[in-house]
Amino acid sequence: MVNFEINDKQYSAPDGTLIIQVADREHIAIPRFCYHPKLSIVASCRMCLVEVAKSPKPLPACATPVAEGMKIWTHSPCACDAQKSVMEFLLINHPLDCPICDQGGECELQDQALEYGKDVSRFTEGKRSVKDLDIGPLIKTDMTRCIHCTRCVRFGTEIAGMRELGATGRGEHMEIGTFLEQTVDSEVSGNVIDLCPVGALTSKPFHHKGRAWELQQVASIAPHDCVGSHVYVHTLRGEVMRVVPRQEDSINEVWISDRDRFSYSGLKSPDRLLKPLIKKNNEWVETDWDLALQFTIKSLQAILEKEGGRSVGALVSPSATLEECYLAQKWLRGMGISSIDHRLHRMDFSCDSGGPSPCPTFGLALTELENADTILLIGSHPRTEQPLINHRLAKAARKGAQIIMVNPIQYDFNFKVAAELTPSGGQLLHPLLGIMNALLSQKNERPHFAWLTPFLKNTVSTPEEKQVAEWLGRGNKKVAIFLGLQAQAHWHASALQLVAEALALFCQASLGYLTEGANSVGAWVSGVLPDQGPGGISLSEGKGLNAHSMVKTPLPAYVLFGGVEPEFDLANTVAARRALSESAFVVAFSPFRGGMCEQYAKVMLPIAAYTETEGTFINGEGRWQSFNAANPPPGEARPGWEVLRALTALCGGPGSLYSRSEEVRDELKHIVQNVPSVTLPSLEQRFRRIEPILSESKEGLRVVTEWPIYRVDSLVRRSKPLQDTAASPLFRARLNPKTASLYSIKGENKMRIRREGEFECILPVAVDKKIPENTVHIASALEGGGNMGQQGAVQVFLESNKDA
Amino acid sequence: MDNIVCFRTHHLNPPWSLQSYLKVGGYSAWKRILVDKVPRQTILASIKASALRGRGGAGFPTGVKWGFIKAELPGQKYVVCNSDEGEPGTFKDREILLMNPHQVIEGMCIAAYVMSATVGYNYIRGEFWEPYQRFEAALEEAKKEGLLGNNIFGSGFDFHLHTHLGAGAYICGEETALIESLEGKKGFPRYKPPFPATYGLYGKPTTVNNTETFACVPVILEKGAEWFLKLGVPGNGGTKIFSISGHVNKPGNYEAPLGISFQELLKKAGGVRQGHALKAVIPGGSSVPVLPAEVASTLNMDYESLAKAGSLLGAGSIIVMDETTCMVKVLARIAHFYTQESCGQCTPCREGAGWLWRIVHRITQGQGSLKDIELLEDVANKIMGRTICALGDAAAMPVLSFIQHFREEFVYYVQHGKSVVYSQRTSRSRKFLDYSGEVGGFISFG
Repeated sequence: MVNFEINDKQYSAPDGTLIIQVADREHIAIPRFCYHPKLSIVASCRMCLVEVAKSPKPLPACATPVAEGMKIWTHSPCACDAQKSVMEFLLINHPLDCPICDQGGECELQDQALEYGKDVSRFTEGKRSVKDLDIGPLIKTDMTRCIHCTRCVRFGTEIAGMRELGATGRGEHMEIGTFLEQTVDSEVSGNVIDLCPVGALTSKPFHHKGRAWELQQVASIAPHDCVGSHVYVHTLRGEVMRVVPRQEDSINEVWISDRDRFSYSGLKSPDRLLKPLIKKNNEWVETDWDLALQFTIKSLQAILEKEGGRSVGALVSPSATLEECYLAQKWLRGMGISSIDHRLHRMDFSCDSGGPSPCPTFGLALTELENADTILLIGSHPRTEQPLINHRLAKAARKGAQIIMVNPIQYDFNFKVAAELTPSGGQLLHPLLGIMNALLSQKNERPHFAWLTPFLKNTVSTPEEKQVAEWLGRGNKKVAIFLGLQAQAHWHASALQLVAEALALFCQASLGYLTEGANSVGAWVSGVLPDQGPGGISLSEGKGLNAHSMVKTPLPAYVLFGGVEPEFDLANTVAARRALSESAFVVAFSPFRGGMCEQYAKVMLPIAAYTETEGTFINGEGRWQSFNAANPPPGEARPGWEVLRALTALCGGPGSLYSRSEEVRDELKHIVQNVPSVTLPSLEQRFRRIEPILSESKEGLRVVTEWPIYRVDSLVRRSKPLQDTAASPLFRARLNPKTASLYSIKGENKMRIRREGEFECILPVAVDKKIPENTVHIASALEGGGNMGQQGAVQVFLESNKDA
Repeated sequence: MDNIVCFRTHHLNPPWSLQSYLKVGGYSAWKRILVDKVPRQTILASIKASALRGRGGAGFPTGVKWGFIKAELPGQKYVVCNSDEGEPGTFKDREILLMNPHQVIEGMCIAAYVMSATVGYNYIRGEFWEPYQRFEAALEEAKKEGLLGNNIFGSGFDFHLHTHLGAGAYICGEETALIESLEGKKGFPRYKPPFPATYGLYGKPTTVNNTETFACVPVILEKGAEWFLKLGVPGNGGTKIFSISGHVNKPGNYEAPLGISFQELLKKAGGVRQGHALKAVIPGGSSVPVLPAEVASTLNMDYESLAKAGSLLGAGSIIVMDETTCMVKVLARIAHFYTQESCGQCTPCREGAGWLWRIVHRITQGQGSLKDIELLEDVANKIMGRTICALGDAAAMPVLSFIQHFREEFVYYVQHGKSVVYSQRTSRSRKFLDYSGEVGGFISFG
């Protein structure tokens, strides 16, 4: 601790604290442009110059650490003169086009010019102007306004991990740009909009849509991944105009992903469902809520009476709010419907029969993640799946963590990865077994793991796996293991989960799940599971079908809640399409119409999208985060929980007792608090179930699919700016050159992919070295991708070029 | 005979070969150090005692600078030679590299030994293609002779020296910008502290010295600190290479003892050109304050005397101007230089340097007002001392000193729309190339 004076008042701070940090802490105003607490210090704007006793020159507060006995004046004539002169310099070449600038009203230059600027400029020469850039559909540039603070440049290097923007030219010819003309493609690129202190980088979708001071701000939670980023929703006359980050250092710090920032565009899609619709004679007829709800209940009841409780399958979006989830399962179970699930991407549920599924949390707090020493990610590409987890991983890597990836294909990481294991044919299980085996042979003094040995009798560890085992088993180190989206969607998901559990137990590591949607944990807690009720209680009777079984064998009726689009969202889209089209009755609770839903649904009920409803998401840390609605739903759409409340009431349940959504949440909270702790059968017992898998052949070609970053849910899929980015992949079957040549396939060919009795489709081929051998990698949830079946073994053939 | 330190091979043919250098006693200090295992502290003490000061412009005592590096601490350290000689008026390092490259190599070797650095770089100005080739050839000779490389003379000491050619930026002569440039980045000076001695090239302790500084080192160790110190005046050891340009009869580089009188130096350069009178002198390169003839004439050329006279010795780059020089136009030219060479990183210099030039340029176009002179001073004062590196000061100091000493010329230009100098001269010489604007061409006066 050192003691010093600012403006003749005594303060103290830890050694090495910068003057500007102390000033911020003590609410002493120091103007600044280049300084940002989350970025490195460059001290280049010179706006924060302050007077320091015994220094002949004013010093930058952002780069000068406090020292014992230091005397600092932030508003002395010397400091003020320095600050005012820097402001004068900044303004001489700034266009001062505030009336037509989107930044106007929230511009750091504008604000500080008010205090430090003059009303008349002494600069009478011509101002500099700079050609604008087109850096993609998300960020609008007006580089003439740039004041060269380089925050955006440092953001790229230090946070996004991609050096996309840089400075070219010298002196007054210095320009910020992409060097070669190209787009800015980082998954967190939108943050430069917030970082830019002037209107040089602004939001393209928000361009000239409204003025900052007209907007109303409502705190909310981002709805696209399990991070639960804090955001503000800005609305103008009931319409969402933009979404910006809300600082929460323990979750998203000051960042949000582009997906969370720009998905709101989907809210204004022409696809919005505005009125309840019933299909009559194959025509959609508008109706009122009463009729629609009664029709829904009657139709479901008729089928239930005829076909029994297992005849209806309910698929709930993993991004539905906690209240919606809880009321949905309450209403459905009240009706006698037991097949309820939110795990849409999953295809392997063999674990479920072995006992209750564990709550899919991270296993540790996000702030702890960046302090982990060794991190093992299984089937995970956090950069597109949970961009802000990726940021924490990058921070951990920078602090020296060993990060190990076991993935079906090679990815571009923006941090240092210690090892990347990409087994042939997407067989993620085998490297994990190899690591486990190496760990056991390294530390054979652990007798309580002796039971594992027989399971690994066929496993031989590769040197790479041994190295990973060494990193994992060092002891006294903080190890975190995660099962990512691709592990959960994998054909061996249950086995992967068990081996990961064993690894975690062995290495005393935390085990976490990086789940789909914003509220997978919430859905688990509310009991949106076929065999577990609210609080995760195992149901002894009335178990239903899981998401995969529901469509594998078609059911007579389906309930789709929260904008679920099975043709995109399910693991097996072919089966999903067939099941839904063959079913007698489908009711879709969705903010959107359009797409295949119009073909298979019989009733479409308009519910509110995420900014339009209050609710709660539980993020991967297990944090309950409630939020309010920011704007009213359009047309006759109603918040999902209100619709479900009405349905429960119509069915004679106690639903009408809730007057506010908080009551729903509190009721669930009460249940959760009183749930007895779950004891799982021993790991050994559960391992028995996967024994047949261990002896399966790992040979053969397999399809591996992956949900691209901007195809994960119905809202994102309707956000035009996000769909226009370079991250939107082409519909291609990607193959390793070796595998391709094995089947005599070349880059320009088309390929026929077939699984006997299940599906057949023809795809253009892309040869890619990043794909391991025996793997066909295909992006799922793309337009026109509906005839792709689930992941796993396939046959491929070269398609003759005659129709190409 | 003044060519005794940096130019001591000038009398030989060719002066740059290893043979010639060995003939004047070259590499004897280096060999002795390695063979006798001379303790680092001994070398450091004699560098300190010699009062060798940085020849790049700042004049910082070299021994003190070397002492900042903790040689005994483990980890990589670097020695970097700054041959990015870009200051207008300076051309001494070019000649050292051309004529006596081995002395620079030996100096760098000794520095590396003192600081226990195993890798060194010579950052040569991008336009110096010939000196670059000459230095590279010298490096090859030295390597072949076993003067560089691993386990030199069986001493167990390794030193690898590499040359790096710059890309034509004045700012890369600033040591931290030079380091950034060496690392492959844009030449932006770093904010200091931390200084290169603790956080330099690739974040490792680094010493950056001027070419001439390194070239002085072998002679000091050969002939002793006392000998070197006595060449100059107290606190200013050794000889210095003065680059004399402008209105003199024999412009060029002259090696002369520090503390030599300006008059004597001027005599070496053949005096002011025939029939003209001295008007002003920029004694240390374009960035230092200009001095009028009456001040300059009485000067002694050492660091302290020049500081006392209100200027700086800088790199010893003397620009001599006679009475035909229009000081407004000179300033316009200098201001334009700094506008183009500002790196653009920090605000006052990026925006202010261009503003200064535009005002002076406006005056030279006959469109200035008396207020502009005050504005110039005010803008220059607002740049001074407020930038990351010294380029801001370098842009401001000429403006302030030109106006301080030649205000009446500026006033005349503003009031008459033409230069006081040209109005006194014959019509024959009235057409002058206008250096001050980006749009070149002839301007007629009167």
